[in-house]
Amino acid sequence: MTHKQVIALDVNNVSVAYGGGRLALRQASLQVQGGSVCGLVGMNGSGKSTLFKTVMGFLPPLRGTVQVFGQPVIRAQKAGLIAYVPQSEDVDWNFPVSVREVVMMGRQGKMGWLRRPNAVDETLVEESLERVGMSAFMNRQIGELSGGQRKRAFLARALAQEGRLLLLDEPFGGVDVGTSEAIIALMGELRREGRSMLVSTHDLGTLETFCDEVALIADRTVLLYGPTDEVLTADNLAATFGGRSPLHAQPSAKRVEVRP
Amino acid sequence: MTLEFLLEPLQYDFMTRALLVSALVGTVCAVLSCFVILKGWSLMGDAVSHAVLPGVVISYLLGLPFVIGAFFFGLVTVSAIGFIQSRSRVKEDTVIGVVFTALFALGLVMISKISSEVHLSHILFGDVLGIGDSELWQTVIAGTIALIVTLLLRKDLLLYVFDPTHARSIGLNTGVLNYVLLTMLALTIVTALQTVGVILVVAMLITPGATAYLLTDKFSKMLWIAVACGILSAVIGTYGSYFLDGATGACIVLVQSLFFLLAFIFAPKHGQLARRRQQMAERADELGEGGPPAAPRPVLTRVRASGKTEASD
Ligand SMILES: Nc1ncnc2c1ncn2[C@@H]1O[C@H](COP(=O)(O)OP(=O)(O)OP(=O)(O)O)[C@@H](O)[C@H]1O
Ligand SMILES: [Mg+2]
Repeated sequence: MTHKQVIALDVNNVSVAYGGGRLALRQASLQVQGGSVCGLVGMNGSGKSTLFKTVMGFLPPLRGTVQVFGQPVIRAQKAGLIAYVPQSEDVDWNFPVSVREVVMMGRQGKMGWLRRPNAVDETLVEESLERVGMSAFMNRQIGELSGGQRKRAFLARALAQEGRLLLLDEPFGGVDVGTSEAIIALMGELRREGRSMLVSTHDLGTLETFCDEVALIADRTVLLYGPTDEVLTADNLAATFGGRSPLHAQPSAKRVEVRP
Repeated sequence: MTLEFLLEPLQYDFMTRALLVSALVGTVCAVLSCFVILKGWSLMGDAVSHAVLPGVVISYLLGLPFVIGAFFFGLVTVSAIGFIQSRSRVKEDTVIGVVFTALFALGLVMISKISSEVHLSHILFGDVLGIGDSELWQTVIAGTIALIVTLLLRKDLLLYVFDPTHARSIGLNTGVLNYVLLTMLALTIVTALQTVGVILVVAMLITPGATAYLLTDKFSKMLWIAVACGILSAVIGTYGSYFLDGATGACIVLVQSLFFLLAFIFAPKHGQLARRRQQMAERADELGEGGPPAAPRPVLTRVRASGKTEASD
């Protein structure tokens, strides 16, 4: 597979602050290989969402660099390589747009300057809605959905973008078991299509089912990242969650060296 | 009332001009109003419209077209607000209030110093019936530019207003879109000055959009409804003011407010009557489900303490 050769996301030694002095991310490094799924795990406030915002260029790094497919972030965004679904959407839910129109916004960067959708855009929007099981709701006003349905609608928008790198910040937050299984299946499909993903989650139990790699993040920096089975040891998780591993009953003897 | 009586105003040249100008102004303002109310910029609109006053006076003194001074001061206002807000802890609405009242006061002082021969009351209250050739052209040009730019960029502006994060993430320059929208706001205000005047411009910039917002959940329809409202009220208001002999701007605004009131009460989904009807239907639904009393549902017995010890940490 050719995707395996490239590095989809390269975060190199990045520090950022929100303003107010304290760093929100300290010299974090992370790589996501092309075509693979990387899970991002850590406690509340450890810096997962901050890492996503940094990758998207919303928070300018004080040091270090971020590259997406070997390009600076802005170039990659203009080329439509990145799709991002934030942890929670900060939008006006009474806005006069339908679910379908919201998903169509995922295509907007790729339309001509008059922003007229063509047949391909229409098909992609319908397919994306189908894939997240939201076809029945496509003509609803965006606020007339439940929390989980809203999440799926915005996931559909990310799909419609056809980005090669998907950044999903807690896609399983507030969704039911069936939906989270459907999302995992969907991520499997996307992975087979050769897309790369960075996915933050608190659901450690399902990590192994969909991640090739896992990154552990604690105290505002990436502790280590690597293949799922090597990273998910009791000791590493204990270090991440400050005490005992939430996954393991008893600590095992195996230990992976923490990368600098 | 006879038809002749109604057609009488149209035989005057000044009346047809006034009707055309106010219809154009109604259109431009209506289009902008859709963005203004969704973005929550009503106060910003009010601010810019008041703050252009010194610009109008200065262009008058220098013999420049009034749109130039007004537009320049519109941009100054917007930039001053942005600048102060980004560099202080004061909230946005406070900054807006401070800036525009300062500039409006400056304008009033200027008018009072030069008022002996000049009458700028048409800028304060509007006077579309007395619009001169030069002002007519200035209005038409400014209005056409604002209309065309806003309509061409409407998709990106809409995306920016709805979800700036997403707009950025697909590579749109949100900083530029923000300033484009503010600039179009300033240009639209300048367009409407001659018709409704500084003090009432803001009504043109929010009421049609607000009315349309009550009537539909689709942005494309909202634009059309707002434009229809804008044109209709401009024409009815101007026409009415002929018979009332004056205060054209105020008449237009009154008609718009009436439209809003009608929408507020009768809108099919978001109006007061519709809401009442929904509530009644829901209540009927709830009571109607009575029927034969349902078999008592098994109540889950409360889970007994399973002998776990209290978590001790
Ligand atoms: N807008 C902000 N301004 C200032 N500090 C912030 C802001 N957002 C987050 N922080 C701080 O940055 C740190 C990292 O926050 P972040 O949102 O990245 O956590 P997270 O790992 O996504 O947590 P969660 O699991 O709760 O989503 C936290 O200590 C938080 O208090
Ligand atoms: Mg988070």
